Amino acid sequence: MKTLSALAATLFALALWQAIVTLTGLPKFILPGPAVVAETWWQNRWLIAEHTWITAIEVLIGLACGTVLGVVTALQLANSRAARVLVQPMLVFTQALPVFALAPLLTLWLGYGLWSKVAMAVLIIYFPITSSFFDGLMRTPPGYLDLARTMQASPRSVLWDIRIPAALPSLASGMRLAAVYAPIGAVIGEWVGSSQGLGYLMLLANGRAKTDLMFAAMLTLGVFSILLHLAVRRATARMAGEAR
Amino acid sequence: MTPPPDLILSGQASIDGAPLFAPLTLSLKAGQWTCLLGGSGVGKTTVLRLIAGLATGAAFTGEIRASDGLPVAERVAYMAQDDLLLPWATVAQNVALGARLRGERVDQDRRARLIERMRLQDHMAKKPSELSGGQRQRVALARTLMEDKPIILLDEPFSALDARTRADMQDLAAEALQGRTVLLVTHDPAEAARLGQSIMVMTRHGLTPCQPPHAPVPRRVDDLETLETQGALLKLLREEVA
Repeated sequence: MKTLSALAATLFALALWQAIVTLTGLPKFILPGPAVVAETWWQNRWLIAEHTWITAIEVLIGLACGTVLGVVTALQLANSRAARVLVQPMLVFTQALPVFALAPLLTLWLGYGLWSKVAMAVLIIYFPITSSFFDGLMRTPPGYLDLARTMQASPRSVLWDIRIPAALPSLASGMRLAAVYAPIGAVIGEWVGSSQGLGYLMLLANGRAKTDLMFAAMLTLGVFSILLHLAVRRATARMAGEAR
Repeated sequence: MTPPPDLILSGQASIDGAPLFAPLTLSLKAGQWTCLLGGSGVGKTTVLRLIAGLATGAAFTGEIRASDGLPVAERVAYMAQDDLLLPWATVAQNVALGARLRGERVDQDRRARLIERMRLQDHMAKKPSELSGGQRQRVALARTLMEDKPIILLDEPFSALDARTRADMQDLAAEALQGRTVLLVTHDPAEAARLGQSIMVMTRHGLTPCQPPHAPVPRRVDDLETLETQGALLKLLREEVA
């Protein structure tokens, strides 16, 4: 049913798109129709694949690093009042800064290559991961903690055997958000300065009025993001307590 | 396990300066079931949580001591209305939770015996979400017994169950917890009449002792004297409100 409605929505969007192109008679370099884009995609499939590969690597490394950093930060925050007082306002402040504004700085510091894009992806997902896992850690059902107390549990085992497992569904929802955000971060990084990746390809195509290629690259990025989200969703199903 | 002691709580509690319960003395006889019966908000759960050494949000002045002079809070096992089973852990893991949390080795034989005694041997590897309400409370009871503590604190553990399952659980608990010092906090006069070897009605003004029926616990649900006691207890509760 879900697949069916997704398919129907896709067909509807394609029809709408084609209808706009046909009715307005816009030239190809302003708005290419779906058929043209599909053809361009096929002709450039190896080029697009090459750049997708680069972006995918940036996103996956960013996702892994951001998740580890976020998890470690959330654990520190949950464990220490001092960390909460010192770090939490900083965390909120960094979230208030537009990541766009940081991208040129990161390129300046980390260079033109892979790592400035990874850093962008990390920056953009660090906050959702940290705050969702931290919230989960601070919202352990009080009954579990009462029970643990009457059992003379050590604080360490309360953390590892109760608070962390109870917070895993929250972490899972943070990771699912992160899977959608991470590609945005990587592409912003590529726009600011790069010679490879889907973001670079989009800029290049746009600059040369190859709007059809730009659309092909953009749609590829969209499909990649959706697939990544579905993969993370699947991978975190057990954590979220959905597996039965 | 140390032999079950007598337990005495005496004192008063207030929340933000407003008295929660007046000065009272509650004594639990060693190896017996004491039922503390009362409506909601009279502080009966607070009494239980004070004995368990749990946070109450109330200021308590007074003392809680055991007749043998040993510390109380570390010799209690606690069972609440919510079974508090960890949803990610199996039945077997939930039963052995205490040992795991203390970093001790799990006594496998003892656990197997208790699980069998609670008729859960077919559910060992299941998660709590796969069990019925009654089965879940049996796991909680097995977990409580696994702790092997002389003092057992029960905070309305059967009140969310249907009538039949509740009666079954009362029988099972009365038999399994025999010989320990048990405090059962309940709002159900029928439960107090079935299980109490000593029955206290708690109101805002203090405790009123009530003569328990003569039959040994768990008393039959249709035992005449038990039904009379149930009626008398309900009457006491209703007077309090009026």
